[in-house]
Amino acid sequence: MGIISGVLDATLATARDAGAERVTAVNLRVGEMTEAIEDALQFAFEALSEGTVCEGAKLSIEMVPPKSLCFECANEFEHDRFHRACPECGSYETMLLSGRELDIASIEVDIPDEEE
Amino acid sequence: MHIDINKPILEKNDKLAAELRERFAENHVFVVDLLASPGSGKTSTILATIDALRDEFNIAVIEGDIASTVDSEKIKAQGIPAVQINTGGACHLESAMLKRAIDVLDLERLDLIIIENVGNLVCPTDFDLGENAKVMILSVPEGHDKPLKYPGVFQIAEAVILNKVDTAPVFDFDREAFDSSVRELNPKAPIFPIAATKGTGVEEWASWLADRIREA
Repeated sequence: MGIISGVLDATLATARDAGAERVTAVNLRVGEMTEAIEDALQFAFEALSEGTVCEGAKLSIEMVPPKSLCFECANEFEHDRFHRACPECGSYETMLLSGRELDIASIEVDIPDEEE
Repeated sequence: MHIDINKPILEKNDKLAAELRERFAENHVFVVDLLASPGSGKTSTILATIDALRDEFNIAVIEGDIASTVDSEKIKAQGIPAVQINTGGACHLESAMLKRAIDVLDLERLDLIIIENVGNLVCPTDFDLGENAKVMILSVPEGHDKPLKYPGVFQIAEAVILNKVDTAPVFDFDREAFDSSVRELNPKAPIFPIAATKGTGVEEWASWLADRIREA
């Protein structure tokens, strides 16, 4: 809920600045290491967008797989939520490069003047 | 029309958290955010921590709950300043809520602020509050398999407190399985087994925390 209200704040502000009358799509980038769950985001989006220009917009979520860098052997590797040790050398001295994203990538809007 | 945004969803929260972090640093106050399930003994752990550290440090507590002032009353009864935040239904604290509580505290004379987040192992994980460390508490009756079910909170925590260890025989808690799954998720986090209401093990946890406070 807290996450989706952040999405709506940013989306509505951007849409207003662009003079849009309708938001048709909202595209998010979400890391698999976060606690965000696609179904829950969809549900919250539907509930909170009601009565705004985002109502009925399609929420697309690109899930980003975790990727880490090993400090011991400089190996870059993808992994799941549970296993963060380097598969090459077994070291735990690793740094997460991606997988904690909670980003709004872009939105699609209808702008009245644009229509031919 | 396509409009690129490419911004963190929680940008507002993160910016405010960064401002708070700066204020904490200026005032040399260490802030720890405690994450745990309802009933895991967060308040008892805080009371035991206060007991262990109050001679050396000035402490304040911020209590996050959906409703009620039960917890902050318990802290105030110990003569420690406590601010209650009622989230009114929200399952986690956000930095804007924390700021309102911080504003009523005298940061200059404080060394340690303990935040008791809302009882929840999921949502608080993703919200930066400007704290110096997130620490999680798991209690023995919750079971040794929790790191497998809630990996996020075990990964973000800088230390893991295992509370109610005195009840381990009753709950068939497999300490070895617990330790190894925590280590797999978060190899650097120390595990502090304690029994908060009896004071067992609190000393080690308190001394880890004291070292961190002195660095702040």
